[in-house]
Amino acid sequence: MLSIRNIVKQYANHRALDNVSIEVEKGSIFGLLGPNGAGKTSLIRIINQITAPDQGEIFLNGEKLNPSHISTIGYLPEERGLYKKMEIGEQMLYLAQLKGLSKSDATARIKFWFEKMGIQSWWNKKVEDLSKGMQQKVQFIATVVHGPELIILDEPFSGFDPVNAQLITNEILELNSKGATIIFSTHRMESVEQLCDSIALIHKSKKILDGKVKDIKNIYRNNTYRIAFTGRINAPENPIFSINDEKIEDGITHLTIQINPKYSVNDLLNFLIPQVQITELMEIIPSMNDIFIQNVKN
Amino acid sequence: MNKTLLIIKREYFSRVKKKSFLIMTFLVPMLIIGMYALIFALSMSGGDNIPTVEVIDESGIFNKNFEDKKSVNFEASELSLTEAKKKVINNEDAFVLYIPKDISTGGSIEMFAQKKAGLSVISTIERQLNDQMRIKLLKDAGIDSETLDKIKPNLSVVSKELTIEGEKDSSSGAAMAVGFAAAILIYMSLFIYGIQVMRGIIEEKTSRIVEVVISSVKPFQLMMGKIIGIGLVGLTQFMLWIVLSASLMTLATTILFKDKVEQVKSEMPMSKQMETVQNDGPGMDIVKAVQTVQWTYILPVFIIFFLGGYMLYSALFAAVGSAVDSDTETQQFMLPITLPLLFTYIMSFSFIVNNPDSSLSFWLSIIPFTSPIAMMVRLPFGVPNWELALSIFLLIGGFIFTTWVASRIYRVGILMYGKKVSFKELGKWFMYRE
Repeated sequence: MLSIRNIVKQYANHRALDNVSIEVEKGSIFGLLGPNGAGKTSLIRIINQITAPDQGEIFLNGEKLNPSHISTIGYLPEERGLYKKMEIGEQMLYLAQLKGLSKSDATARIKFWFEKMGIQSWWNKKVEDLSKGMQQKVQFIATVVHGPELIILDEPFSGFDPVNAQLITNEILELNSKGATIIFSTHRMESVEQLCDSIALIHKSKKILDGKVKDIKNIYRNNTYRIAFTGRINAPENPIFSINDEKIEDGITHLTIQINPKYSVNDLLNFLIPQVQITELMEIIPSMNDIFIQNVKN
Repeated sequence: MNKTLLIIKREYFSRVKKKSFLIMTFLVPMLIIGMYALIFALSMSGGDNIPTVEVIDESGIFNKNFEDKKSVNFEASELSLTEAKKKVINNEDAFVLYIPKDISTGGSIEMFAQKKAGLSVISTIERQLNDQMRIKLLKDAGIDSETLDKIKPNLSVVSKELTIEGEKDSSSGAAMAVGFAAAILIYMSLFIYGIQVMRGIIEEKTSRIVEVVISSVKPFQLMMGKIIGIGLVGLTQFMLWIVLSASLMTLATTILFKDKVEQVKSEMPMSKQMETVQNDGPGMDIVKAVQTVQWTYILPVFIIFFLGGYMLYSALFAAVGSAVDSDTETQQFMLPITLPLLFTYIMSFSFIVNNPDSSLSFWLSIIPFTSPIAMMVRLPFGVPNWELALSIFLLIGGFIFTTWVASRIYRVGILMYGKKVSFKELGKWFMYRE
């Protein structure tokens, strides 16, 4: 769907993107991650043709990115904004027409979305009369009203209360199930776990990690388990595992252990069962949050 | 539909629909008509309040020889100085001119009144005093008044414009006034509409809508759409002003002269009526003057120079708007824009008007940054067509240049938030690649 190849973007005294290549599959939900100032917004602006890269190329559906693609992309910038003194209906119409819709087509689609979000009565209201959350809803409609194939959302959940965030999440999932490819950049790792199929992590202008969320998590598994039991282990020093953390609560011992790569979980159980009463055993799979922090720290 | 056109439409209609636009559109013609009516009324009733000056001539030199003039009447008084002073204290309309006996040996002439006498009254009196004194001194020197009358020259210069079409009187007062008004109007509107462009861009930038819009259109389209849209608002406003003023002026003239027309009607055949009215009364001078101005020449030139100047300066205002985050930060960048305009404005009314054909005036009316104002002031004095053409040509070149420079700064500036920007920074932006 979207193929970003060796993009370099140089500003006067710093390099915002350094040889970044990313593949986004059609119909996927793709997370573009990275700390502040990593170069995410620069990359998103290049995909939106707001700025041009100094080197490298971008292909959309196999075609080199060109102005005709504008109508197939929907973009929700991190810094939200609408004309404050303009009526909402009129404003939506204007933005939709700028994306290349005819006036009648735009009117019909806007009405559809207003009904869907339950905001038909807002048509003649001015933006400045709406609350921030309401403005966000309107802005989201402006992003998707022209039925884009590729939707780019920069921090889509900032400024939403949990109810509206869920509403928007559902809309994103619905659009995705209808075939839209979605890229979103965010700091909220729980939404990455919840939504994303694949991610790319950008740090200090370079891509340092990308792939399917599942695969990445597999790579970052390091045989860490949490185990709870009653009783005492006779030989704490053993070749099978090492203890990272230990605490005892109500007579139950909770351990965080790392199994030596030569051994398996079965070996661990064989070793422990004769000595203690096991109540819980669970693998600790690293969260995206851990992976993010671990990568950015290094 | 073409996207630039969409932007132009939004910029245009969102402004034309505003209340402030409607108010300005109707208020300005009202003010013009109000001033017109005021001048008219004043010139009609000019004879009402002529002060009468009582003259106490103790010297006897002036011999009650004062002539009544337009602005002042004289009356010889037999009162003593103390009586006259008392009269002044009791009557606020009384003027007393006191000429002491020792006037020839250095005594000073004094004027008493409750209020300060007007400048024209004083100068009329001074002129008469000096004339009479001169005659007396000449007589004392042995020249009699007959000889004096004979050697009193009475010359004046009649200014004629000589062109291929022939001679014509160039009493160009009204034309000059129109030129001045046009220059002031252009000076003000360059600021008014230029600042609207700048504010519009700052608004888009601070509300962050700009990023949404330029993901759909090129920054250049957005900038040009805004400039053209607001320019059209300016044109619309001028057109409405002209139409409204003209029709209101016609209406006012008809009403003000209605009485006269009716009075004349009963005494004269129809064909003579208008002529009589036209030539009658001091108020008619203004009406005639307004009619002598070559509107068909001045109006198109005005529109061309307004548009050219507007395009040139609004591009610069656009660049400033893109570089800052709020109105308060615009100061340092406004100076280089304000300076040439202010300079031309001051030069226009101090230098160009007195030396319309000097080489400095020529250059000011040719250089694009100053020509929109300077040319308007020169216009009533006659500007050769080739100069006009050259000036317009350079003005077009000028705004293409500033638009190009501005668009390069603009495309970078609108995406820069929360950064304090210097001129050096603007230079860097200008050099950025796409």
